[in-house]
Amino acid sequence: MSPFRHAIGHLLSCKDVSRLLSQAEERPIAGWQRVRVQWHLAVCSMCRSFERQLALMREAMRRYRS
Amino acid sequence: MDPNFGKELERQRAYLLRVARLQLRDTALAEDVVQDTLAAAIAAEGGFTGKSSVKTWLTGILKHKIVDAIRRKQREPISASTLDEDADLEDFEGLFKGNGAWQQPPADWGDPEQSLSRQQFFDVMQICLDKLPPNTARVFMMREVMELSSEEICKELTITANNLWVILYRARMSLRECLETNWFSAGDNRA
Repeated sequence: MSPFRHAIGHLLSCKDVSRLLSQAEERPIAGWQRVRVQWHLAVCSMCRSFERQLALMREAMRRYRS
Repeated sequence: MDPNFGKELERQRAYLLRVARLQLRDTALAEDVVQDTLAAAIAAEGGFTGKSSVKTWLTGILKHKIVDAIRRKQREPISASTLDEDADLEDFEGLFKGNGAWQQPPADWGDPEQSLSRQQFFDVMQICLDKLPPNTARVFMMREVMELSSEEICKELTITANNLWVILYRARMSLRECLETNWFSAGDNRA
């Protein structure tokens, strides 16, 4: 099975992406996983919205502690 | 001691108490820890270079005092109690359909600055932070306020990196729901 087909066969769900985006704040998403996350974000406006929500909370906590 | 410095320290007391209470879940202990922090700050006045804000500098001292207090309090590794006592990861399963897609699209929170520039937003956020279950709150504050590294937190609380990510995920998802309910869906708070 080619690497390309392997990736398609294991698409990430929104639930997976929500956990990976949260985890990314502590540990950068590994290269191979990052591509899959980016693919998902490219086609999923719901997860893009969630990503913006996370960013807002991150900035809120930055201001909270400053 | 420079009296203005002393006044500045006192002004920070309320903030330090909020952070310590969230971490320690014990008001009396939090007050002791804050008192120790301010005492240490007075003693170290000469060492304050002014490069960071007083708040940031004090938070650094507070961090060490809280970690010491947690160490003294800790009788058993936190991981078991953290994973049982607080809401399960499964509680957030309800946010997703069987195929893993969102049940409800995450809402558009609008221009961040419209919220982040308002004190009322931070009042609501404080309430949401206070609502976090105790161990979740502790870990979240260690990471987001005291800016301890993942390694430092895992070492202090004897939890694995995976435990840490699960706890932080829960904290963020809880905070998100609380802010959505109490701020972003209320009237004109989406701009």
